[in-house]
Amino acid sequence: MKLTKTSDQITQNRNNHSAASAGGGLAMSRRGFLRNSGLMAGGAALATTLTPAMMKKARASASAEAGGSTNEVKTICTHCSVGCGILAEVQNGVWTGQEPAFDHPFNHGGHCAKGAAVREHGHGERRLKYPTKLVNGKWTKISWDQAINEVGDKILQSREQSGPDSVYWLGSAKFNNEQSYLFRKLAAVWGTNNVDHQARICHSTTVAGVANTWGYGAMTNSYNDIHNSKAILMIGANPAEAHPVALQHIFKGKEENNAPLIVIDPRFTRTAAHADHFLRIRPGTDVPVVWGMLWHIFENGWEDKEFIRQRVYGMEEVKKEVAKWTPDEVERVAGVGEAEVRAAARAMADNRPGTFIWCMGGTQHTIGNNNTRAYCTFQLALGNMGVSGGGTNIFRGHDNVQGATDFCILSHSLPGYYGLSGGAWKHWAGVWDLDVEWLKGRFDSASYEQSKGKDVTAMHTKGIPVSRWIDGVLEDKENIAQKDNIKTMIFWGHAPNSQTRGKEMKEAFEKLDTLVIIDPYPTASAIMHDRTDGVYLLPACTQFETYGSVTASNRSLQWRDKVIEPLFESLPDHTIMYKLAKKLGLDGQLCKNIEVKNDEPVIEDITREFNSGMWTIGYSGQSPERMKKQQQNWGNFDYTSLKAEGGPCDGEYYGLPWPCWGTPEMGHPGTPNLYDGSKAVADGGLTFRARFGVERDGVNLLAENFHSKGSSIKDGYPEFTDKLLKKLGWWKDLTADEKAAAEGKNWKTDMSGGIQRVAIKHGCAPFGNAKARTVVWTFPDPVPIHREPLYTSRRDLVEKYPTYEDRKSFYRLPTRYGSIQAKDYSKDYPIILTSGRLVEYEGGGDETRSNPWLAELQQDMFVEIHPRDANNAGVKDGEDVWVEGAEGAKIKVKAMVTRRVAGGVAFMPFHFAGHFEGKDLRSKYPQGSDPIVLGEACNTAMTYGYDSVTQMQETKASLCRITKA
Amino acid sequence: MAAMKFYCDAERCIECNGCVTACKNVNEVPWGVNRRRVVTIKDGEPGERSLSVACMHCADAPCAAVCPVDCFYTTDDGIVLHDKDICIGCGYCFYACPFGAPQFPTDGAFASRGKMDKCTFCAGGPLEDNSSEEFRKYGSNRIAEGKLPACAEMCATKALLAGDADMVSEIYRKRVVNRAQAALGKGVQLRNRNFGSKVDMKGKATN
Repeated sequence: MKLTKTSDQITQNRNNHSAASAGGGLAMSRRGFLRNSGLMAGGAALATTLTPAMMKKARASASAEAGGSTNEVKTICTHCSVGCGILAEVQNGVWTGQEPAFDHPFNHGGHCAKGAAVREHGHGERRLKYPTKLVNGKWTKISWDQAINEVGDKILQSREQSGPDSVYWLGSAKFNNEQSYLFRKLAAVWGTNNVDHQARICHSTTVAGVANTWGYGAMTNSYNDIHNSKAILMIGANPAEAHPVALQHIFKGKEENNAPLIVIDPRFTRTAAHADHFLRIRPGTDVPVVWGMLWHIFENGWEDKEFIRQRVYGMEEVKKEVAKWTPDEVERVAGVGEAEVRAAARAMADNRPGTFIWCMGGTQHTIGNNNTRAYCTFQLALGNMGVSGGGTNIFRGHDNVQGATDFCILSHSLPGYYGLSGGAWKHWAGVWDLDVEWLKGRFDSASYEQSKGKDVTAMHTKGIPVSRWIDGVLEDKENIAQKDNIKTMIFWGHAPNSQTRGKEMKEAFEKLDTLVIIDPYPTASAIMHDRTDGVYLLPACTQFETYGSVTASNRSLQWRDKVIEPLFESLPDHTIMYKLAKKLGLDGQLCKNIEVKNDEPVIEDITREFNSGMWTIGYSGQSPERMKKQQQNWGNFDYTSLKAEGGPCDGEYYGLPWPCWGTPEMGHPGTPNLYDGSKAVADGGLTFRARFGVERDGVNLLAENFHSKGSSIKDGYPEFTDKLLKKLGWWKDLTADEKAAAEGKNWKTDMSGGIQRVAIKHGCAPFGNAKARTVVWTFPDPVPIHREPLYTSRRDLVEKYPTYEDRKSFYRLPTRYGSIQAKDYSKDYPIILTSGRLVEYEGGGDETRSNPWLAELQQDMFVEIHPRDANNAGVKDGEDVWVEGAEGAKIKVKAMVTRRVAGGVAFMPFHFAGHFEGKDLRSKYPQGSDPIVLGEACNTAMTYGYDSVTQMQETKASLCRITKA
Repeated sequence: MAAMKFYCDAERCIECNGCVTACKNVNEVPWGVNRRRVVTIKDGEPGERSLSVACMHCADAPCAAVCPVDCFYTTDDGIVLHDKDICIGCGYCFYACPFGAPQFPTDGAFASRGKMDKCTFCAGGPLEDNSSEEFRKYGSNRIAEGKLPACAEMCATKALLAGDADMVSEIYRKRVVNRAQAALGKGVQLRNRNFGSKVDMKGKATN
């Protein structure tokens, strides 16, 4: 149907169109240019490389009408731990464009919904705009000076009345490394171990379990290294939603190596949709299914016997436990049949090296530490460790949760996992140039706990973890191993809806003397309670408005440049830390050797300070200059090996993945894959760490007939100390200055780095060369065993697989296990409840639910229920339902009827907040700062339950009842 | 003469919606307008697959054939665009389009007087390239800048390809050969990958 003829006007315009672009600065015609640049498809990056010229030319032509020049700023996505590169275009201080970073080694320009939408941060319409406080239930604008003054006074008042432990410093995985370090230091100089962050509730059980197996608690290989995997196994991980760009690498391995992709999960996830093999387990049965696979491996002799002999301790004890997990028992407990389990085991055995990936599905259980150690043991049995293409690839959550963990914004350690012992404090006091006695004076000098029959003061006892802060407020103070309850909470970049037991949390919020929230967005902390006073809301800026380093999941440190100036009245976190420290009279100690400009501590100085103290995990070699140089040349790094070939960073690995040993001057390239003996330590090779002694019950814990390439010692060896150097005759290799510093020290405490340098010169790993241990004799369950969740519907299994006994004081708090499991809740709450992520939102979701480009895609909080359960409850797809948790908290959400979950299992995403037990709390947000999308927080209905080593909350296996609303 | 095309590789698309927000980002498409969306079939069930869908820039575009005011035109690159100054917002193109591409915004500049809006392959419209007027009505013009549509450039898994049809098919062919080669290299036949099949992983055994 042609009612009008093609109008001349349009043709004319089309001509103009070409002319305009030619006149816009292009030397050749647009089409000619496109032809010459090969007119790559957007997806070309994987098949071949895109010509950067294409992007550069484009900028030249873009300024047809633009006033002012466009700056291109390199930064890193602030959402998940993949660490995608971003090119931000800034014009006159306004973030006007976002271009794909095709030459970035992690993402080759690719982004998920969140990464492709980060430019919205430059608008920030729903952000907190200025400091406010709650006065008679109204948010009232105050100045920064008043805010800092009043908050400081309240904090000091808490200290006066209830001791330093009454103030809780809740930090964030959204800090950059420098801010993380400064925050941990601030808590230390304040005098408390009541400091924690999101890692407690995401991968704390991984860090504890994995570090206790072979030395370090981090992802061993990298996303990119999955290109080399011959098999890929995922358990409790859904990277298609949580780490979408990781799939770029997973698909490459899958497609180019024909690697079988095995997904083990209670839920048929978007990742499972692309799997070759899917095993649907009952939530909380990770140990049974992993031992079930190992059962087949041992039964058929598929294990790597030589690897085990050389590098593994305790596999015989594991075999005894595994022998109990016959195919029948695995099917009875986990619900997966023999054929599937055997096929998965066979696929992993036949295709080596294979990688093993896990996330929150494995970690968030009362036996999370058992799960993570079982995964490690599986990889050790197959000899998949310390090899490219293998490894335990643990995908961390937030963009800098790895860094914040490494700097130990954690209640049980000082930065670098040094712990809380006297030696640890001495080391850091030395780095900070502070007197240990002064630090001691900052802490409560009383003892509330004993260790080995001796009193231990508060300075040396683990603080209350974030998962339990509500108990720190609500529990009778006689039962808490500190002077008084928590009186002041500082929520600094932390959403409360990521923690369980919403009703009790509301009560805890209301009982606090003072609540301080420092965040770019108000978060549910601002609104989920009925307080009318004593709440401060201070606007922090995002990481796009400041600069510094960030550690991706693969241990690579990347440098972010500042894209725009802080919006509105917001300030960078480290500036707020300094202001607060100044008010508290601690600025002199906090920034003793750090230059401060206009209340902003200089980031590079902070980097250099932590470089000088983080010897344990090799955060010592990544100077600001080295990181900046890599950022400028990120296109020089190989997409698979991450190694720079040629160029200014020749020979280095991208991000100088830790451990990057010694001083920056030593020029260590970083360690791309942990424990890989095929490379020399100086080139990024490594052995398992000698962390657990040299022998146990007469059995050698050091490696046997194994060493990394070029090692002068051809067998296992302990960690390096001044004494060992002398014994080996290597002391003479130290310079005079190094000798002076290294006397009486070891590889972790020698501030000159000399011990590390000399060990590496001789091809040795500074931390020794030992076996990995599959038996962690210091943990409640030395060999990982199965225990039913606290709220289990399988009462028939409770007797055989009971949980732990209640504990009187664990991280300062009484912790219940058996007394909860003893009661049968399954009659009233018959459906298993589990939780997870959506691709559009991140964490507590306030930031992403405030971004219209994302919010539009997920506008309702929902629960996934199986058609059978829906029919039993008389519920139809899209209808409102009440989900009532086993502790009685109810939330009203939409029903999504789907076979994605099994019958008897319900799933909810955890990113929503702003509704509470059916009530819409939108009116309680400060005006203009309410997120676009609100919804019930899944964790309102989630129940009690904490890991036996780390206090990780059990959010992946609980019980609920679903009824029509 | 190029023939610009999109191609979405269903083996790779994970419904992460990166393409959708990339489109929103570069074109500042208002709430409610979805020039691109990801469609998932068999959601949550074996065989689940997703595809990112927008205007396919048909060579013989049905929208143009039925348009009563003939506001559509095809550029030399084979991109189907339309002139919002001519469009009367009747919605007839919506009937004709096999992909549901035309959108009818209700507010904002894109919607002035109910005009139709759709994916432009990031090629703007008939107004002066990269003028603010063009941006306001049609979004960005990346093609004029020597770039390709942001959705494909930012695809997380490189599932969505965009560019000259010859290039797109060459990339996809290489990918398919890679997949086959990987399978053949192991001495097994390329087989249909099934969800939850009970078959043993036989055939993936070490040679």
